[in-house]
Amino acid sequence: MIKYTKQHEWVAINDGDEKAAVGITDYAQKQLGDIVYVELPGIGVKVNKGDEAAVVESVKAAAEVYSPISGEILEVNENLADSPELINNEAEANGWFFKLAPSEESELEELMDKEGYDKYIGGLD
Amino acid sequence: MRYLPLTTDDRNKMLSEIGVGDIEELFKDVPNDALLKSAIDLPSHKSEMEVETSITSFAKKNKTTNVFPSFLGAGNYSHHIPASVDHLIQRGEFLTSYTPYQPEIAQGTLQALFEFQTQVSLITGMEVANASMYDGATATSEAVLMACRITRRDKIILSNGLHPHYNEVIKTNSRHLKLSIDSTSVYNKKALCELIDENTACIVVQNPDFFGRVQDFTELSETCHQYGALLIIAVTEIISLGALTNPGEMGADIVSGEGQSLGNPISFGGPHVGLLSTREKFLRQMPGRLAGETVDEDGKRGWVLTLSTREQHIRREKATSNICTNSGLCALAFSIHLSLLGEDGFTQLAKINHQKAIDLSKAIESLDEVELINETFFNEFTLKLPKPAISIVEEMANKGVLAGVPVKRLIPHDIDTENMLIVAATELTTNSDIEKFVTCLRETLS
Repeated sequence: MIKYTKQHEWVAINDGDEKAAVGITDYAQKQLGDIVYVELPGIGVKVNKGDEAAVVESVKAAAEVYSPISGEILEVNENLADSPELINNEAEANGWFFKLAPSEESELEELMDKEGYDKYIGGLD
Repeated sequence: MRYLPLTTDDRNKMLSEIGVGDIEELFKDVPNDALLKSAIDLPSHKSEMEVETSITSFAKKNKTTNVFPSFLGAGNYSHHIPASVDHLIQRGEFLTSYTPYQPEIAQGTLQALFEFQTQVSLITGMEVANASMYDGATATSEAVLMACRITRRDKIILSNGLHPHYNEVIKTNSRHLKLSIDSTSVYNKKALCELIDENTACIVVQNPDFFGRVQDFTELSETCHQYGALLIIAVTEIISLGALTNPGEMGADIVSGEGQSLGNPISFGGPHVGLLSTREKFLRQMPGRLAGETVDEDGKRGWVLTLSTREQHIRREKATSNICTNSGLCALAFSIHLSLLGEDGFTQLAKINHQKAIDLSKAIESLDEVELINETFFNEFTLKLPKPAISIVEEMANKGVLAGVPVKRLIPHDIDTENMLIVAATELTTNSDIEKFVTCLRETLS
């Protein structure tokens, strides 16, 4: 299952999996341009839905990445330190930022699905 | 651009445009008791000639280091500044230039800053340096905040050898942050090693320290790194790096420093130029402005401000630092002076400074009541006098010798240091100055 926020984050969790991956959407990476740096959260940090969890910096701007759901950070994508372009190339796959253990599964239901998000960004352009 | 003062007519037009009756109305948000009620007591008008005469007579009351033998140090040092430094920094392109946000019109300023960064990196033994900070104290306080960002920890250990003003600035700057700052009573590297634990963000030491002592902090950096903490080495006398093992070689993670000794006069304590350098892996967490080298569309070498996204004008309250400017002109003076010295000249200057301090220490040996407390020193050391240092310094100043900085002036609440006097010697110190110092101190003590 993959869900989207209005701030252009995605969160993906497979059935039965304990970890949800979070990243920014393909639309967001296009808006930002070439990404040069990512600041990731510390392992073990507890975040609430909507908390600033990471920072993404491109040649044009720096933007905060908010956690789409609450939980504890279990893993961060170490590959982004040397290859931030992964976010430009594979925003919604290998360009994930961090994985967390969701504490409120119900929060996922409040987010948009693929269709809803596409419609949302369609209205932005 | 000319400076044209406004006429009453101009003012009235502007006031009526924004719908305000008079200028006072613009200040109505200022609390009443904060307003100055009567005019400052100054003569209403004097001719240029009269002003010059009266200001000159005030200025003559100063006992300046270029007239009297001076042994002042403790963070600010009198050094010879080549005349060409002043001449070059007064070129209009440098003197009146604004922040080089537009690389197309600011290549000279940007290149100067880039060279400055390179020099600071080289002499401190680090990989990157920023385009300067306000002064050594603010640079050190920024280094502390930077270490907290990097380690995501909040415990800070300050060596007793750190300059008391730096200590205060660190505390002031972090007053509203939830940091735990331990101003320890120890300065020795072994004792400092024992204070580090897994919650420590950083330990701040100074080398040579406030009292002039020199240490090798290699072991301390190793201990820091075992615990995941960072070592910050502050340097107040930058000339020392011409002779001592540099902080980078000792394993420092961040170096903060005061660059005044190169190119800048002591000027009653400022403006000075803060230095901050670090390892490349911490670049993104480094505060302040940074000039970077690049190529233009024709492939020619050029410079731009880079990594600005860390800075306040873009990231607002989330910027790496609240410092959103640098000491451009003082940094330029630093760079010109260091370029004129060159690598050999810098080393030689450091050796002369050390030699002068040795000469001074030997001359002081003839004074039985005066004790040198340092086991090591570069160009500065601390004396223990038989009487309170503040009154001795006053008396000696009246006799025309600026004897040094009493420790009690900077650490007022510590009675143990009441008799301690910090004295510095530089290349400006002559044999006759040293003789005058010893004779004057002997007379004053008797």
